[in-house]
Amino acid sequence: MTEFFTPYLGDQGAWFVATLIGILLIALPVMLAVAIVIYVDRKVWAAMALRRGPNVVGPFGLLQSFADALKVFLQETIVPTSANRGLFLLAPIITFTVALIAWAVIPFGPGLVLADINVGLLYILAASSLGVYGVIIAGWSSNSKYPFYSALRAAAQMVSYEVSIGFVLISVVLWAGSFHLGTIIEAQRGVFGFFNGFAINPLLFPMWVVFLISALAETARAPFDLTEAESELVAGYQTEYSSMAFALFWLGEYANVLLMCALNAVLFWGGWLPPIDWAPLYAVPGLVWLILKMAFFFFVFSWIRATVPRYRYDQLMRLGWKIFLPLSLFWVFLVSGFLMLTRYGGTA
Amino acid sequence: MSLAHYVKSFTLWEFVKAHALTLRYFFKPKATINYPYERNPLSPRFRGEHALRRYPNGEERCIACKLCEAICPAMCITIESEPREDGSRRTTRYDIDMTKCIYCGLCQEACPVDAIVEGPNLEFATETREELIYTKEKLLENGDRWESAIAVNLAADAPYR
Repeated sequence: MTEFFTPYLGDQGAWFVATLIGILLIALPVMLAVAIVIYVDRKVWAAMALRRGPNVVGPFGLLQSFADALKVFLQETIVPTSANRGLFLLAPIITFTVALIAWAVIPFGPGLVLADINVGLLYILAASSLGVYGVIIAGWSSNSKYPFYSALRAAAQMVSYEVSIGFVLISVVLWAGSFHLGTIIEAQRGVFGFFNGFAINPLLFPMWVVFLISALAETARAPFDLTEAESELVAGYQTEYSSMAFALFWLGEYANVLLMCALNAVLFWGGWLPPIDWAPLYAVPGLVWLILKMAFFFFVFSWIRATVPRYRYDQLMRLGWKIFLPLSLFWVFLVSGFLMLTRYGGTA
Repeated sequence: MSLAHYVKSFTLWEFVKAHALTLRYFFKPKATINYPYERNPLSPRFRGEHALRRYPNGEERCIACKLCEAICPAMCITIESEPREDGSRRTTRYDIDMTKCIYCGLCQEACPVDAIVEGPNLEFATETREELIYTKEKLLENGDRWESAIAVNLAADAPYR
């Protein structure tokens, strides 16, 4: 796309415009997907509780999210008098932006990526770690007890699970031999000669389970939604928020969930590759496969949310530090040992 | 702590079972009814919005005996009466404060002439409190509007009274 603009705008200008268009091409569909995904979440949750879910606004209630968004836009932004005004308004902006920036390195197809950096996975880890700042700042600046408790929980929870996610990613990187997301996807082609994805590899499958559960904790989805446990903390760090600020949290949260779905697909289920390494399936564009995989994982996330009751705080910490951390550490050792013996010739 | 316990907890067996259950429920027919378009069946004894009935010749049934006013535990009924020109005793005022009413049905139990009844209507929400102070005109109008349904319900319930 840069080449297209070069004759009109020069090198710098063309790059700038092309990148801007690229950002819009990713950010706008992600926002639209968030709206759809919120609807799907409510529908799936309702169906599993034998309810109907939203079905009044638009055909099958499809426009429900847009109606909610419109309602929220029209509301008044209330800033509590005792809140730290600047930080209070900054927090949702941080959450939202950070949720979107990680999408820059997600490959939607061969070469179809905004920022094709060779340490993409590291970038995603860094970006998703920043997400916790929005929550902490929101909880602290609200100057109210429930948001504050929620922020403390969020900080501890996200940090704990990031550790095990890190080790899971290390075992994937060891196997793929690269931090570059495109290369990781290509490395998943034809595992055992027929399956595209690391998840079928018995050595990496347990890591996928750990990753899935840690992703739930990382995005504070049920059963780890202790940050907004409504029976204890009203609405957690969002309690004092209204109007657009609230909507930004909501959008950021679901954009994060979608990002985790995309990561699941990219790291363990072959990203843009079709699930089976069979020529006719390659006729379907890679973007479609990625979106299908993300949709499936989002369904799994909703499914888990509809099934598992919320964990207690000490259970959450126990799972993170006493089970996932040793398990993933041991698995890094196991994977690297296996690769040492097989791929790299068995000499230290 | 047996071996089976460890196998179960490391394969997340309980979680797999739970998810199979919720997936089965996902495809089950929904328990919720589509309210404004579908409705639950109502018992003939359902105690909804009040109505004052008339005889088939158009004469109002209420004879201003004030039994309903006396029995009403919420004291939401106010009746004033005077003899009419033809000498029969009729109400000049019959108000029900629907914001006070507890829908116990004692007024219709007390009524000797089946004049005040609680009909099958349950959708009479209003935007102001004032609209919920029902006057005699409003109650008679209700009676005219719901008479067919009320008559069916009374007939269905008659054998048990």
